[in-house]
Amino acid sequence: MSVEDLSRLQFAFTAMFHYIFPPFSIGLGLLLVVFESLYYFTKKKVYEVITRFWIKIFAANFSVGVATGIVLEFEFGTNWATYSRFVGDVFGSPLAAEGIFAFFLESGFLAVLLFGWNKVKPGFHLFATMMVALGSIMSGFWIIVANSWQQTPVAYELVQDMNGFTRAVITDFWQVIFSPSSMSRFAHSIVGAFIQGAFLVLSVSAYFLLKKKHLEFAQKSFTIALIVAACASLLQPWVGHISAHVAYEHQPAKMAAFEGLYETQENAPMYLMGYVDEETETTHGIAVPGALSYLLSWDFDYEVKGLDQFAKEDRPPVNHVFQSYHIMIALGMFFIGITLLALFFRWRKSLFNKRWLLKLFVASVILPVIANQAGWYSAERGRQPWLVYGLLRTEDGISKAVSAPEVWTSLILFGLVYLLLLFVWLYVLNKEIKHGPESHAQMETDYRERHEQFDSLNESLK
Amino acid sequence: MDYQVLWFIIVGFLLTGYAILDGFDLGVGALHLFAKGDHDRRILLNSIGPVWDGNEVWLVTAGGALFAAFPHVYATAFSGFYLPFMILLFALIFRAVSIEFRSKEDMKGWRKFWDVAFSIGSIFAALLFGVAIGNVIMGFKIGSDMEYQGSFLDLISPYTVLTGVFNLIMFSMHGAIYLNLKTEGQLKERVKRWAFRAYYIFVPFYAITTFFTMLKRPEMLANFSFGLIEHIDEPHPLIAHNQIIVSVIAWIVVVLNALAILNIHRSLVKSKPLNAFVSSALMMMAIILFFALGLFPNMMVSNLSPEYNLDIYNSASSDYTLKTMFILACIGLPFVLGYTSIIYWTYRGVTKITDTSY
Repeated sequence: MSVEDLSRLQFAFTAMFHYIFPPFSIGLGLLLVVFESLYYFTKKKVYEVITRFWIKIFAANFSVGVATGIVLEFEFGTNWATYSRFVGDVFGSPLAAEGIFAFFLESGFLAVLLFGWNKVKPGFHLFATMMVALGSIMSGFWIIVANSWQQTPVAYELVQDMNGFTRAVITDFWQVIFSPSSMSRFAHSIVGAFIQGAFLVLSVSAYFLLKKKHLEFAQKSFTIALIVAACASLLQPWVGHISAHVAYEHQPAKMAAFEGLYETQENAPMYLMGYVDEETETTHGIAVPGALSYLLSWDFDYEVKGLDQFAKEDRPPVNHVFQSYHIMIALGMFFIGITLLALFFRWRKSLFNKRWLLKLFVASVILPVIANQAGWYSAERGRQPWLVYGLLRTEDGISKAVSAPEVWTSLILFGLVYLLLLFVWLYVLNKEIKHGPESHAQMETDYRERHEQFDSLNESLK
Repeated sequence: MDYQVLWFIIVGFLLTGYAILDGFDLGVGALHLFAKGDHDRRILLNSIGPVWDGNEVWLVTAGGALFAAFPHVYATAFSGFYLPFMILLFALIFRAVSIEFRSKEDMKGWRKFWDVAFSIGSIFAALLFGVAIGNVIMGFKIGSDMEYQGSFLDLISPYTVLTGVFNLIMFSMHGAIYLNLKTEGQLKERVKRWAFRAYYIFVPFYAITTFFTMLKRPEMLANFSFGLIEHIDEPHPLIAHNQIIVSVIAWIVVVLNALAILNIHRSLVKSKPLNAFVSSALMMMAIILFFALGLFPNMMVSNLSPEYNLDIYNSASSDYTLKTMFILACIGLPFVLGYTSIIYWTYRGVTKITDTSY
């Protein structure tokens, strides 16, 4: 394999592996804020138990996310040096902003979140939880801003620098931040993260309910996460629609690949499922006629640009993109269905007796992960063959100083190390879940009481 | 002062923050296996528990700042030193997850594995940073296309190994001094002995490293030699116009640095751990200052021809970006210093094992 193929494989692998964790952090972060606010305002102990348990899960997830995230920042330089020279001006800025505005916030207050229970006042602890959640969302914001510029580059000019190197230079920083796709893609990814985090809570709570353990804990966790999951799932098609619309406007080849649309046509169909034969340039499957035209313009007669508008070498790999896009949408529909159904039973007060549904929730934890991965995959693969859409081809972005054996070495090592990490992460998560939350009796004194003791200790030290 | 100079200073500031902060937790990691018994090891881990992640963010942010402000340096360095950076990544990954996972399970083998991973990860990271600094001092085979033309083995020379080991010793000493601040009782006495031992190894190594640096690269002194040592290429106007002032300040820092090093020992003897820690931090700050001053305005020196040097001008982003990012940095950095202070203040005092500890 060439250095380009290897570097692409490595980046895809390390990015997708990393992308398992941040959505959990973002989604759980939001739920932690809800749980701890409930504790803070109702002062009910069960919410403290809930908050503390999920913070432990959050921490294990966060550390793997951090460890695998730094890899990606390095890889821009190690594997994609020519790209880095080309976009440093534009892409580096949000990356640096992510460090300054998000990571410091997140990591600083994480310390309070994890170890602060006996050190700070409850209000400050809640504040720290909010800051961690905010930090993880902001980190998502900046990285998606950077990525979105690659998808829909604006506010740049191509200049030759003093070394004779052509590169993109920012002309307006705010326009780069609010590039056409950044806000819709940000919203889409964050809502996807909320779903993923909420489904983790749903899965574990459903497991406890089935085992008839920690019932009060599990019912409360489940209900709150269910509301979050249902709201996010219902919001997602709307946000996703806007995102798809932007993709069509600015990256029509990508949209055409999403839907396997070769021929530019009015009344363009939308496939529920199917398969693209790239040899014969045909798409087979179950389609709703005119639906694509309608969704893109609210008009069945709207003419949608197909792949025939693009030279062969400018088309993304159609079938892969088509499949991942459809997996994402199908799963999105499933999340709406299952959460609404569960809400209905919850309202009827029969949810916690529906063992089949709880079992389904236990297993469903993996589905939002797949949906988020599939969404990311179709966004990134759909951008091919461009590294920066319309400006820089992927093959032109690779590092010149790196050899294939070097990338082989690192790729194999990443494979082994990440396999180990995944295994250990699952092992630790499983152990924490099996162990379950601390029961009320086990927690010797109430947090506020302990806190008063701590205050008086402080007083006596003065 | 132009934005390129300001960004040289900001990147330098971020790297200094990184060296001082992550320096001590890498040092704690390097010393980890010297601690016997589970309780002591947990104390060591928990002494850095609340802060190590934030410390590492200094590196991540420095990386981002380098990418934004000096993309050519970022691209040349990261792609040129592919394998060392990969090793560094694996070291940092293992370190990060070891801290989180180690105490999650009681089994002996489990804890042993993560103890070793944590320590080796820390040792490798400390060594690699030192080797990298050594290479920056010695210069690289950078061609006219700004690409590194050497091989992995070119990066390993007796001098760069020396700077690698020097850095490991410095971080270990810094870590031991930090532990001296965060522990109590018998453990405090033990880590104090480590600090003394590291100090006695550190001082001769400092002398040897300085000696060889001067021998191999006397031009590292050019910027603050009162004009006595010739520059390889044009000195920066800021240096040229203020030759005397820069030199005087630099030599004052040299003297203060020597005093800081002596004060480490004095404070340890007098059992003033905070004093020792501050001295050690100041000493590191001074070393980085000399290094930056020796290099300025270059960032990576080419051994093939001075024309191919990457300096703060030919490697920088556009003025517009540098300016915008400078404003962002001015807004962000006070916050960063704010949270960092809050966290260190919250976790001041001796480390104790509680129900939320690792």
